Formats: sequence, C-alpha cells, structure tokens
Amino acid sequence: MKELLDDEPGKKILLLGNEAIVRGAFEAGVGHGSTYPGTPSSEIGNTLEKIAKDYGMYFEYSANEKVAMEVGAAAAASGRRAMVWMKHVGINVAADALMTLMYCGVRAGMVIVAAGDPSVHSSQNEQDNRYYSILGGIPMLEPTSPQEAKEMTKYAFDLSEELELPVMIRTTTRVNHARGIVTFGELKEPAPIAHFEKDPGRFVAVPQNARKNHPRLLEQLGKAGPLSEKSQFNREMPVEEPELHVIGSGAGFNYVHELREANGLPISILKLGMTNPFPDERVGRFIEDAKRVLIVEELEPFIEDKVQAIAKKFNPALEVYGKHTGHFSRLYEYDPNVVREAVSKLIDVPPSEEPLQAEDFALPSRPPSLCPGCPHRATYYAVKKALGKREAIFSSDIGCYTLGVQDPLNTADFLICMGGSVGAAGGFSKNTDQKVFAFLGDSTFFHSGLPALVSGVYNQHDFVYVVMDNRTTAMTGHQPHPGTGRTGMGGPAPMVSVEDLARGAGVEFVETVNPYEIEKTTEVFKRAIDHPGISVVVTKYPCVLLDKKKLSKTPLKVDQDKCKRCYMCVNKLGCIALVKEGDDVVIDTTLCIGCSHCAQVCPFDAIGPEVEQ
Amino acid sequence: MNLQIVGVGGQGILLSSKVIGGAALDKGLDVWMSEVHGMAQRGGVVVTTVKIGEIVYSPLIGDGEAHAILGFEPVETYRAIKRAAKDTWIVTNIAPIVPFTVSSGKQKYPKPDEIFQSIEKVSDRLIKVDAKKLAQEAGAAIAQNIVMLGALTATDALPFSREEMENSIRKNVPEKFVELNLRAFDLGFRSAKEQM
Ligand SMILES: Cc1ncc(C[n+]2csc(CCOP(=O)(O)OP(=O)(O)O)c2C)c(N)n1
Repeated sequence: MKELLDDEPGKKILLLGNEAIVRGAFEAGVGHGSTYPGTPSSEIGNTLEKIAKDYGMYFEYSANEKVAMEVGAAAAASGRRAMVWMKHVGINVAADALMTLMYCGVRAGMVIVAAGDPSVHSSQNEQDNRYYSILGGIPMLEPTSPQEAKEMTKYAFDLSEELELPVMIRTTTRVNHARGIVTFGELKEPAPIAHFEKDPGRFVAVPQNARKNHPRLLEQLGKAGPLSEKSQFNREMPVEEPELHVIGSGAGFNYVHELREANGLPISILKLGMTNPFPDERVGRFIEDAKRVLIVEELEPFIEDKVQAIAKKFNPALEVYGKHTGHFSRLYEYDPNVVREAVSKLIDVPPSEEPLQAEDFALPSRPPSLCPGCPHRATYYAVKKALGKREAIFSSDIGCYTLGVQDPLNTADFLICMGGSVGAAGGFSKNTDQKVFAFLGDSTFFHSGLPALVSGVYNQHDFVYVVMDNRTTAMTGHQPHPGTGRTGMGGPAPMVSVEDLARGAGVEFVETVNPYEIEKTTEVFKRAIDHPGISVVVTKYPCVLLDKKKLSKTPLKVDQDKCKRCYMCVNKLGCIALVKEGDDVVIDTTLCIGCSHCAQVCPFDAIGPEVEQ
Repeated sequence: MNLQIVGVGGQGILLSSKVIGGAALDKGLDVWMSEVHGMAQRGGVVVTTVKIGEIVYSPLIGDGEAHAILGFEPVETYRAIKRAAKDTWIVTNIAPIVPFTVSSGKQKYPKPDEIFQSIEKVSDRLIKVDAKKLAQEAGAAIAQNIVMLGALTATDALPFSREEMENSIRKNVPEKFVELNLRAFDLGFRSAKEQM
C-alpha cells in the first residue's frame, strides 16, 4: 500500500473505500490518527500500520474508542489535524467524549469516521449513526463510493477547521469495503507537532463554561447551514419531464442512480452527501414542483422525516414515499433488487433478465466458525469438562471466541456489547442461583473488561473470569493491543499484564494456563469454579493464524480400528476438520493443523500423527 | 460486465477479484467491486461482486444480472444461482468444502453431481473445473483461485484477452509465485476450453 504515498496528482488506482479514506487524509495533511479496530472501519488502521511512519504522521491503536476519541481531540485542540475512526457501535463507547467535545470544538481539522454496518455483516447491531449528528450537533458527510470517500475526507478537514468543529463522515460497509478507481489529488505534508494554547473557558467543560459553549456550538452549526446548502456533495441530477423525484444518500443512492441510467427512467434525483446540517432550501427547491418523491436511504427514515417537514413549507401536496409508506424497510442494507422493487411500485420499470430458477435443494448453512487449532475451542472444551454435569451461565463477549455460541460448544448465553460479559456475569451472580462464567478476549479485556473487573471485586461478585488471551485482536484482523508489546506503528511497547492488573485489583485467584494442555486447563478451571468470589483464569496461546508455521504442521489421522464411534471429538470438541463419513470420523487433512486437541479428547487413543500408524 | 464470485472464507477470492479489477484499470475501464472483510472470513460464505464498464454506478448486482458466476465451491455456486440468467456463464470448482454444520452430522451436503445436474437443467453454460487437481499439477494447491480465473477467462464473459489477464496476474501476485500462477491459469483456461 506504499502507493498511497505517491505524489502523482491525476494517478488512478484501485482502492478499497478505507484505503481511499487514508489517501484523503494524506491529501489533507493529517498529523494524528487514532482508533480502536472494528468492522467495517478496520482497514484504515491496518493500512496506517504499514505506512503512517513513512508518511510522517502519528498513529495509535488506543485501548478503546473513547480513548481514541480523546487523544484525537487533544491533537486537534492543539492545532494538529486529526482523524479518528471506528465502527458504528464504537461511537457509542466514544459518545461521552464526543458530545462535550462538540461544545469545545477544535482548532485544527478533526474528522471522525463512523462506519456503519447495515445487514449486520460483522457487528452486534445495525444502528443508524446519522442520529448522532443531530444529538451532538456534528456536521456530517455521507459518501457513496471510494472516490467520494477520499474527496469527502479531504474536504472534511477544511470544513472542520472552518467551523472549528469535529466533522463526521458516516460510511457503511458497501463504501468501506467497496473497491473502485480513485484519482489522486496532491499529497500534503503531515501536520507537524503543535503547541497547545491554553483557553480554559473553551476547553474546560465546567458548568459555567459549558453554558457558554453550547450557544457557541449552535452558532457554528448555523454557519454550517449555508455550506450544506451549496455543498458540492449535494447534487441535483434532473431529467426533463420527470415522473418521479428521488432523494437518496449513501449506498442507496447508487442503486437508484444505476436503475435510472440502465433503463433511461424519467426520474429526477437529488443526491445528498452533506446531511447535517440538512440542506432544507435546496431540498425545498427540488421538491417544489414535484408530485411524488421517493426517499432512498438505508436504515432509519432520517432524510424522509426531514423531507416531510420541509414539504409542509415548500409543497404541502407532495406525496412522500419511503419507509413510512412501506416502499422500503428500516431493516438491512439495500441492493439493486430492493430498490428496483420499490421504484417499480411508482413508475414502470422494464423487467430485468429472468433469473435462473433451479430446483430447490436444501443447502447446508455455512456460518463462520473457530479455526482448526483455535485455542478458544480447547478452552471451552476444558470449561465444560470441568463443570461436568453442573449447570452454568456463560456470559460472553465480542471476538472470535463468540463463535463458541455454535454447536457443539454452546458457550455463549448472553452477549450485548464489548466488555459486557463481565458486568453481566456479576449481575447473574447476584441475581440467579447459577454458577457463572465471563468469557472475554485479551483485546476486549483492555477495551472495557478492566473497569468491570474492578467493580466486580468491589461488589464481591462471584464468577469465573476467563481472559482468552490469544495475544492479538484476532476477529478484526490481528491488530496489536496493550498486551502485545507492539505499537500501531510497529515499534516496541511495554507489555501490559492482564495477571498483574487482576492481582492489583485485589483478585486472589489468578492463574495462567496453556489451553493446548487440555487436562491441566481443566484442573485449573475445576479449582476456579470452587473458589469463592471472582477467580481469573488467563488462557494464553497465540492465535493459530498468527503463527503461520503451525499451519503447515502434520495433520492427524483417525485409526479406524481403535475408534469406538463414541463421537466425543465431534460432539464435544467439534473441530471443523473432523468430518463424519457414514459412521466413521475422518480428519480433513487440508484443514487439520495437527494441534492435537482431538487426540487429547479421544478416550481410546484413536487419533494421532499419521506416521505412527 | 457483472461478475459474482462466491466461495468460502480463506479461498483466495480477494486476490482473484483484485486481478480482474487490475485488468480493468489497465484497460482504462471503470470498475467497482464489493468485497467481504471481517467475520465471514472465518470460514463463512464469501460473496464478491465485480462490475466493469464505461461507467459503473454501484458495487452490487440484482437477480438475473450476472454475466458470469465464478463459484469456488459447489454449494456456494448453487446458492448464487438466482443472480444468473440464461446466458450467464457459470464456472464452478467441483470440490466441496463441507461446513461444520454438515461434518457434525446436523445438516446434509447434497451430492455435487446432483447440484451440477440441476444447474444443467436450466443452463447450458456450466463449466466444471477440478481446481485442486489442476493447481497441484501447476505446483501448489493454493493456486486454485488462479486456475478458476483461467477458466473464467476462457469464456467470453470478461472484457479482457488472455494476455491482459496474464499481465494483471504478473502485477498482482508476488514475483516468486508468478510462474506457478501462470501455469495454473493456463491449466484452468484449457480445462474450460475443452468443455466449450
Ligand atoms: C464497541 C465495539 N468496538 C469494536 C468492535 C469490533 N470488534 C469485534 S471483536 C473485537 C476484538 C476482539 O479481540 P479479542 O477480544 O482479543 O478476541 P479475539 O477475536 O482475539 O478472540 C473487536 C474490536 C465491536 N464489536 N464493538
């Protein structure tokens, strides 16, 4: 990705939306970047991991989104251009910082990328973050393509600086993870180290200052209004004698634009790219003479509600179609089918090619699963073995280990958010008669598992606190975190110890085990279960995807003569390399990495390396 | 040109779409694709769309709109079938990757031959590729994705010549693997030609 550093204006290259955002920041002279990883925003950080140093900016993975927001805020308040990015739910974590930061504002441009995930491809919900722009008074841009993501990022820095307010770029998966041709503009030098000029009246949000800063925010937003009215990212695309008007934003706009162009439909389109402050006048003029307008936007009726309000002034007879009329859903992302169907209800659309209709097979589902050799699977097996017939509630968290929810492990009973396993485990321990486990990853521990641990010790909660330490943030693509000894820019870092933190918090039972040693791990869990209060067990073994050498280890084999068809391996461990063929269990040698978990689980010693047989 | 590439996380689909996208860039065409990153890469279903033309307006396609389906796995090819129409080329790998829902005995995996027969009832443009065998013949099983690209190139779906695709492979794969991948590409190309 070194190409992102090329200073060749006009050069065209194929970029992922997230890479285009990085380039946009480079063209704006960004000096600071901070984030906590999360799909679909992660590749912004993954890219900067490789090239931030060469570009000359500062970049860090913060322990969580709130911290990422705060370090970015300080950079921008000091006068150094800063970008902060996270997934949509990351904004929830950072919201406390963000809401009051809007009162204080910034001195240099600060851009916040909030990456949404309609259809919940890789998330815990599909909340529509555009409402944050209203809640916080945050100027907002919504890109539709990688090229526009780059342009908007660059512009957002200027806009932010002009208004002295952070600006939000709200993306969705189909922009972040779309790849398209992007034309480079001029590369700019990264903003240099700054010097913070003190101004407590502005930057210290005590009540008397906050009361002054709130009107300041409204005043600045007032100045943003006219900029939205004439924004280049809001664009009328009229046709002569339109039969339908459409207002669209984000990915939804793309599909309706395509449908119009492919079929020559008589639709006048207003594409909205700057949606807070809302360009009331411009929308008003667009709908003034219209009879019917269809609003194409994914998730909530954000634009639709505004258009209804604006129509009262500009065109009370206007028929507004969208989610309130059932033409679109508030659920999931759109695609060409969805948009075609909605538009067809209002004007004639020529049919598409007849899709092939093959006979209906019952196709097996293919949910994502823990990798062969994943230490999380061994940990779960050991926990269940240690419990035996005793029942327990498994309070889970977000990471690869969440995949323990599947058969046959079933080690997730409750999950709402990152770090949530711990608080919930405490709640279960105080309010139910069941044994309780909290499962969280190492990255999640540093993100938000730590304060909940402290709270649990203080309130004398009683559960087994399992930190599944695979030495990385695996689910989102192996980013480093405070426990890994490596910074976001690739330099060495102190390794923060989970065990020391737990002991420091006053936990008496803190043990570290290698989950690859299933029997030993089971013994430790047995003791942890019997220990009153919070017992912390750190199951430490690196993610198998990190250690590429392990992937080529010799696969194991089932000795069919020794196998008694008890199916312990399939039914209790459930590694995806174990395949049932008729009554036999065989090992898929293309998947097996020889981790030996199944061999340890087999009561009849029927699984081992091929050579020994 | 609308192409849907389907398969399972970890099969090298990202690289194959990059090679095609690169060929489009080289030829001065517009290209827009949609990729899968994140959770599904842990062995889940991966659906990538590649659209190429003078101007492309969106990164996804609707039912019946694919000009080609490149299926890295039989069940996944079948799952994508409604994106195809009568004239759509359907190029599929024949080797199943059995999901754990099946290997654990909970669900059933249909016989690949039945899948193919059912496709052939509605389409006469199915091309079956033994990608693993051909990739091993070329030198390494991991080159299956490039075998598949070779087979796809043999159809007239892509707006690129064989040479244009080979050039893009040279640019997009690490240098030490170029020869291997060109051999894999050739074997895939020939395997498809034999069936046409
Ligand atoms: C608030 C929030 N931020 C970020 C994410 C994205 N995310 C999902 S899993 C995960 C990290 C998991 O790392 P770890 O806890 O170490 O578990 P592993 O995947 O390594 O097993 C992240 C950052 C999220 N879902 N929610």
